[in-house]
Amino acid sequence: MDLKLLEQITQAFGPSGYEQEVRDLIYQEVKSYADEIQVNPLGTLVAYRAAKQGQGQPQRLMLAAHMDEIGLMVTHVEEKGFLRFTSVGGVRPLNRIGGRARFQDGTVGVVYVERREDTRSTPELRHLYLDVGAESRETCPFKVGDVASFFGPLVKQGSRLISKAMDDRIGCYILMEVLRRLEAPAYDVFFAFTTQEEITLSGARTTGYQVEPDIAIAIDVTATGDTPKALPMEVVLGKGPAIKVKDSGMIAHPRVRQMLVEAAVRSQVPYQMEVLVGGTTDAAAIQLVRSGVPSGALSVPCRYVHSPSEMVDASDVEHAIEMLTTLLTTPPQ
Amino acid sequence: MNDTITYLETLSNAHGVSGAETQVRRVIRSLVQEHVDGVEVDAVGNLITWKSGTGSSRLRVLVAAHMDEVGFMVVGHTNDGALRFETVGGIPARILPGLTVLVGPDALPGVIGIRAIHRLKERKSTNQVPQVSDLAIDVGARDREEAQRLAPVGTTAVFATRFRQTDASCIGKAFDDRAGCATLVSLLRAPRFPFDLFGVFTVQEEVGLRGAQVASYRIKPDAGVTLEGTLADDLPKEDSDVSPTTALGQGPAITVMDRSYITPPRLLQHFTQVAEREGLPYQFKQPGIGGTDSGGIHRAGKGVPTITVAVPCRYIHSPASILRKHDLNAWGQLVDAALRSLTPDVLTPQLSE
Repeated sequence: MDLKLLEQITQAFGPSGYEQEVRDLIYQEVKSYADEIQVNPLGTLVAYRAAKQGQGQPQRLMLAAHMDEIGLMVTHVEEKGFLRFTSVGGVRPLNRIGGRARFQDGTVGVVYVERREDTRSTPELRHLYLDVGAESRETCPFKVGDVASFFGPLVKQGSRLISKAMDDRIGCYILMEVLRRLEAPAYDVFFAFTTQEEITLSGARTTGYQVEPDIAIAIDVTATGDTPKALPMEVVLGKGPAIKVKDSGMIAHPRVRQMLVEAAVRSQVPYQMEVLVGGTTDAAAIQLVRSGVPSGALSVPCRYVHSPSEMVDASDVEHAIEMLTTLLTTPPQ
Repeated sequence: MNDTITYLETLSNAHGVSGAETQVRRVIRSLVQEHVDGVEVDAVGNLITWKSGTGSSRLRVLVAAHMDEVGFMVVGHTNDGALRFETVGGIPARILPGLTVLVGPDALPGVIGIRAIHRLKERKSTNQVPQVSDLAIDVGARDREEAQRLAPVGTTAVFATRFRQTDASCIGKAFDDRAGCATLVSLLRAPRFPFDLFGVFTVQEEVGLRGAQVASYRIKPDAGVTLEGTLADDLPKEDSDVSPTTALGQGPAITVMDRSYITPPRLLQHFTQVAEREGLPYQFKQPGIGGTDSGGIHRAGKGVPTITVAVPCRYIHSPASILRKHDLNAWGQLVDAALRSLTPDVLTPQLSE
């Protein structure tokens, strides 16, 4: 595993709508491996690799991993310099308290909760504030509309990897690795590094419209059922990439699901089937563009999604790369 | 600016609940058709106008304002001749009892009566906020038959508010978004822009950003600007250390992010830089609140960099809103100046080597 690249990609700043730093990094990494690179009007980077084998008109296959991460946006600067904020994407207040947020210029702030009389109820976002060390509104360097990401350095411990923004930089990492290793694709492949997934899926939707794929597969994280009192879910960390059956935004196309299963079998890697109760991926938007696109998703099992410490297993990441590489080089039936 | 206020007066007084925008569309068409190169009504009722550019820019720019307003729809009749109704778009039931409304194309006057006390369920006390289902519109009909004849099911109704102005302010109904319509009319009557301008007066914004999305798909613009009358909740509050959504008199409100979309940082920066260059006031609308036609525009086709710029209005979605002429003026100037200096590099995300 290229830990240096994984560190760069997870630590890059990129809340939804503000993905420039991530895009620049990915562009540097992939430009020598792609036949063509384009940026869509909403900022999605598409690296194209032409089919090298097979007969007739190759099918167009789109892979999507999103560059954006959840974050905060300042809504108010208090007289004493504390910042109030709203969420960019799904931010759960409890997951934030005591964590840190980082602005694009590197400034770090502590997320904390105001003292409340009612200690029994769960605090809401409006009870939280961000302390960047400013002493007054006048000296606070931030203003309404400024954006912060979460702060969570990459740690590798055994086979576990912990960082902020594994959702979905791990998907971006997988796509970059697949693109590097890919020798003779059987499809015209469009590697889409999308924007705004956490808020509106608009990057994937508009890129799907442009690319007009025959098949689309999102590469994203999914929740697991292997933590204390977790919601019942078959997915376990380290037991292989998860092939999506359904989530709250889509039902994967059976043919795409089958393609993924066959790729896993052919690659001799473990895999799991995923039914996710809450949450969805770029594939939900892509499957409905134009006259519809058979779509599915390959997920990296991830604990503590949407917290500053998202945990994945390195073996699942490697297996996902192998599976996808096999899938892309196996001619369609 | 005085022209914009004149347009606002006419447009504020016109009736156009979501899905029934005909009267507003007619007014706008008459105000713009001599000043644009084409006018068309699309399949859902959007009024699409276009004005060719001077030829110095190849961009296509869509500017949208929605014609529809929140209001009421008749859904049934009672034996004693009252109209049962539902709200169209978000209107809090607590402001309704006792209001006067105008019903149907002939603007039949009516009053929202709270149902007689003996018809309320026992458990409901008189100091409870009524539900819409407790209320009915009384147009003076004697019985069900007369009520059905005067206002059949599906008839819409609007707040009965006439436009007024003071030295500093305008007061009237439906500034959300007739203020946007009036400003867009002024833009379309202004000298040609460098690029082809598509002025789109949309339908059904209040019920789901519906018109904007199909218009954007059809026009395939390179950039979108939504003009809105937005929420100003800058009244005195118990807790003073909070920001209002927007405040009256602080200039046009630029959206960084709302619940429907996020403004691309470069486009945002362009508008703030133009405001600073032109010496125009502006404020940021508090992020994360509400949704606008930008939510529909940005996601159509291959995607459109889009921004919402709004005029702050107190008491929107109520019988009467108030806006400051100073804000209205700065708003028109800011949008005009920002559009005239719009270049492709503001829109296309760049790759740095």
